[in-house]
Amino acid sequence: MKIWLCLVVGLWSAGVLAHKPSDSYLTIEITPNGPTGRWDIALRDLDYALGLDADDDGAITWGELRRRESDVAAYALARLALRADDRDCPLEPMALLADEHSDGGYAVLPFAARCATPSASLAVNYRLFFDLDPQHRGLFKLVDGGGARAAVLSPAAARRDFGLAAAREEGSGLPDFIQEGVRHIWIGYDHILFLLSLLLPAVLERDRHGWKRAEHFRQALWDAVGVVTAFTLAHSITLGLAALHYVDLPSRWVESAIAASVIAAALNNLAPVLHRRRPLLAFGFGLVHGLGFASVLSDLALPASARLLGLVGFNLGVELGQLAIVGVFLPIAYLLSRHGLYQTAILRAGSLAILVLAANWLAERALNQPLLALFG
Amino acid sequence: MPGSAASVVAVLGGRPGRWLGPACRGAVLLLGMLGGGPVHAEARRPTNDAEVLEFLPNSGLERRELRAGREALRIHPERRELALALARRYIELGRADADPRYYGHAEAVLTPWLVPPSTDPEALVLRATVLQNRHDFSSALADLDAALRRNPRLGQAWLTRAAILEAQGDYPAALRACLALDRFATALASAVCVNSAMSLLGQARSAYERLGPLVAEAQGDPDELLWARLVLAELAERLGLWAEAESWYRAALASGRRNLYLLATYADFLLDRDRSSEVVALLENETRADPLLLRLALAEQRLRHPRHPRHAEHAAVLAARFAASRARGDTSHQGDESRYALRIAGDARHALELAQANWAAQREPRDARLLLEAARAAGRTDAARPVLEFIARTRLEDARLQALLVPPGGQRS
Repeated sequence: MKIWLCLVVGLWSAGVLAHKPSDSYLTIEITPNGPTGRWDIALRDLDYALGLDADDDGAITWGELRRRESDVAAYALARLALRADDRDCPLEPMALLADEHSDGGYAVLPFAARCATPSASLAVNYRLFFDLDPQHRGLFKLVDGGGARAAVLSPAAARRDFGLAAAREEGSGLPDFIQEGVRHIWIGYDHILFLLSLLLPAVLERDRHGWKRAEHFRQALWDAVGVVTAFTLAHSITLGLAALHYVDLPSRWVESAIAASVIAAALNNLAPVLHRRRPLLAFGFGLVHGLGFASVLSDLALPASARLLGLVGFNLGVELGQLAIVGVFLPIAYLLSRHGLYQTAILRAGSLAILVLAANWLAERALNQPLLALFG
Repeated sequence: MPGSAASVVAVLGGRPGRWLGPACRGAVLLLGMLGGGPVHAEARRPTNDAEVLEFLPNSGLERRELRAGREALRIHPERRELALALARRYIELGRADADPRYYGHAEAVLTPWLVPPSTDPEALVLRATVLQNRHDFSSALADLDAALRRNPRLGQAWLTRAAILEAQGDYPAALRACLALDRFATALASAVCVNSAMSLLGQARSAYERLGPLVAEAQGDPDELLWARLVLAELAERLGLWAEAESWYRAALASGRRNLYLLATYADFLLDRDRSSEVVALLENETRADPLLLRLALAEQRLRHPRHPRHAEHAAVLAARFAASRARGDTSHQGDESRYALRIAGDARHALELAQANWAAQREPRDARLLLEAARAAGRTDAARPVLEFIARTRLEDARLQALLVPPGGQRS
């Protein structure tokens, strides 16, 4: 009997040579309008299963793939079953696309699932190519609200159930984003201090002789409304632009500029230049603060579908948190301003303290070196 | 800020083709897959029907031959010899191009012949080969044992068994398999098998002297000759006979068979001899198989020559492919990945972890060397102890390992 030696050569020492095995990349995203998916399948594998290379020249062209588009979709989708909350979820192919991965060309099959957005569970049953190559794997990714989960689907583990309740609780609805916005303005001292610096003089008036207290609360209120409106308008604009990736600045610059804005606001109280035009100051620097908010939003790593909802909710939360601060601060400041000490004890000393604090932030953020540490 | 990293990737992933070479595209996509954010690789709908999306790897002749084989099997699924022949063909192709897809196709073709009542010993041996390729040694040995219980006269099964046991560092058991093989194989195959095992059992010099003249005079099957010359080349290298190793490597390359394992081993030999430019010349177009790409990237790194601007691209492709293997839970590449981590990524600690995991699975001289080098680079001499004990126990001789056993000094790779 002749031994089939060629088998042995090359694996004698078992320093076996890996190459990229067959994988498909399946991503399912749960959106408010139901699940949608994207499935990247290697053209080599599709050719093995369906024979795409019509003219047998060893090259798969777009034309050859396009003419078999419905076959490809039918073949693939017949080997994938989704169940949402224990109900079947029929899949409907959308226009086929093409893409490239590290190992070659892929057909990209986007699809929609004809079922309601599941609330409790999503089950995936994957059978693509297992009959032709038991080593084929489906690299599956489920994107749901704020989170993403991954799984490797194989013949031994072709079916996977994903519970969705936990992900929902983690936060993907409007209330969660609003809460996140409120939380951010409350723990983001730089935003609060900037606003307070601008509002400290709201209960005062200024003429040629210097500061004097405002005659009526209404005056103070209108002044505050002007400042807050300008700030809100400005940071909403940049938050939107940055969250939708139209603007992208390094966070070190943004954070440094925010610290600088607090310094400018505090300085303007100590040596007023723009008393009547503080809304302008609020608007100009508000643009910078909006970029800061956006970095928080992008930290939440939202899927595309949740991005707009997140943006609106988060911004709403920021405004609510800000209004709460103003609502508490303004009456107190008004009452305090009835005393003559307000100008020196609160406006000057307070602004000075804010100035020192913000200067330290600026040093920290721009130079990675806290001033206070230098002093100490 | 992990989130920002994910969003940066998402932004980059938006138009990878424009910002990065095709090499980085895979890396970016993978980061997108593995990171928190969704994949934003921009799939597109081509507008030109003539645009080529993918080239198939085989020649037209091979494609037609494989199609005919599949078609015949589809019509006569009950004919065992059709299934076995097609599986063999796939395994050959898988080995020639180091392409795991073919091994998968072979496994699929064999499936009906692996379950009772149709369990076929030859099908079991073929599946063992597939499993061995995936470094699933214990399953492969189980298949071989099952095959030999049904038919102890299967030379192929004994040979594959010897190869696996040798890779696992169980040299006495490998030798026993070779002795059993003796009755069912050609004189040359049997001699190569026995002497290869003996050479690892403290008799390197005498095994080399016995085998050398035999192989030098041998005629016959080119695959058998290639294998014999390759074994001798590696043996000469272990003995520190560099010139003789080189001539055996060249003889093996001259046998006219394409063999990736030979290319990889010869490239390692050249890298050790500081002949990186020859490695680049040898492997310039071998970017599909990871082990060859790794050796090419190592050579390019050593040369640091403006003529090799592709080093960064090759390194990025390797990183992407290793990440892809990890994503699917594949650990058969750990040895190469350890070398990548140590030499290219410069992460000695990670290299050591990988070398240790690799050593748990396979124990060839090259695996021992990986662990010694990574342990030394990581400053963890204690981590090298399993290798030292192994060398003491088996009396393994290897000039390259000896150099690593002396206290730290020179740099090798």
